[in-house]
Amino acid sequence: MDDESLLDHRWAFGTGFVDPFAIVGLDEPTDDPALVQRCLMLGDDALIYSHRLQEWVTHLPELEEETALANIALDLLGQARLLLTRAGHAEGFRAGEAVGGKYLGPDEDKLAFFRLEHEFRNVRLVEAKDGDFAELVARQLVFSTWRLAMLQRLRASADPGLAAIAGKAATELAYHREYAEGWVLRLGDGTQLSRARMQAGLEAVWPYVEELFLPDPALDGLPAELADPASLRAEFDAAIDAVVAAATLARPSGPAVARIGGRTGRDGVHTEALSHILAELQSVARAHPLGTW
Amino acid sequence: MDLLTRARDVASAVPDPELPQLTLGDLGILRDVVLRDGQLSVTITPTYLGCPALDEIAADLRHRLHEAGFADVTVRLELAPAWTSDAITDEGRRKLREAGIAPPRPASPGPVPLTLALRPAEVACPRCGCADTVRTAAFGSTACKALYRCRACTEPFEYVKDT
Repeated sequence: MDDESLLDHRWAFGTGFVDPFAIVGLDEPTDDPALVQRCLMLGDDALIYSHRLQEWVTHLPELEEETALANIALDLLGQARLLLTRAGHAEGFRAGEAVGGKYLGPDEDKLAFFRLEHEFRNVRLVEAKDGDFAELVARQLVFSTWRLAMLQRLRASADPGLAAIAGKAATELAYHREYAEGWVLRLGDGTQLSRARMQAGLEAVWPYVEELFLPDPALDGLPAELADPASLRAEFDAAIDAVVAAATLARPSGPAVARIGGRTGRDGVHTEALSHILAELQSVARAHPLGTW
Repeated sequence: MDLLTRARDVASAVPDPELPQLTLGDLGILRDVVLRDGQLSVTITPTYLGCPALDEIAADLRHRLHEAGFADVTVRLELAPAWTSDAITDEGRRKLREAGIAPPRPASPGPVPLTLALRPAEVACPRCGCADTVRTAAFGSTACKALYRCRACTEPFEYVKDT
């Protein structure tokens, strides 16, 4: 294997033959120091949650739910790949070493497969294994409602690459939220048993909601009316309240999950569940770090 | 015919791998074809960010353009402005209907409202034209399609989602 093929090898694409695309806008120079963190946060949320959704495939009650969850996981994986690619280019530019006129930071595969647990920036919400289908759709309702509102704001990002990803990803999230919303309504306004389990699902994920609304560098640099975490929270609450009320459920009010020394998933402090995900997600790439096919 | 027009025609006529009834031109994902100093640069846009057909589309484009005599071809992916289903041409919509796939309704721009009820179908059956249809799944065999069933002719069919 010559040096050039070492540089080119890509786990996720799996071909190793060619760099398939020049993606317009993802390798633009940037002087925004927070851009790397911002893209890692949004990319890691999508990568880890996508993995959890993929685990559900073959365990779901009906074929239609299998295709739905697989499609949603695929959308999020696509978003993760572009966000990590943008993060890598921004990191390369920040490090300031141009090779052949290009700033080479870590690529999407290196970021996904070769970072350690404390280097991931995802929220803890996306780490836990769902206890049942109700918990799955509760988590998805919370995640997609928050992410849709966030992506809609990021369409105004000063970075054209991030703005472009957000613009496309937001249209995908609208379908994810509709899927979750439909199931929360069916189960909540269903039988006594389905209602009780839907409420329990909401209670299980609710402690992780607060972490979504911490002061967030993803919001820095946006126009003031968009950057305000309170406006994001208000939009989230209004949507959740409407769904919860229509589903004859109650919005949980339990305490948020504890921070560790004041830190959360955004600072690289995670629940045990993340280490289990990474052990599987990274195992093949780590066992064969020079592998191509 | 000049070279650029020929390159455009060839690129535009490449079939989509997942909706092979439609060409890239019909689907509205071919953004630009530029010829400079013998180098051909083709720009496409994804229907969905995770679309697994993108690699294949790029390979098909290179292959067909090589066959047409263009030796130096690069394919670029452009994310903005985001593709919407409104970009599918009238010809593309006709071909979808012919293939038994319902074409998308006009996409609604701006904030997406909550549904708060089971979504009314509002999609006519591509086989019998009946409006009495029901959505059986919001996601189908590919990221861009949903599954429906017609209550009149009872046939299941696919719908290219409005987005």
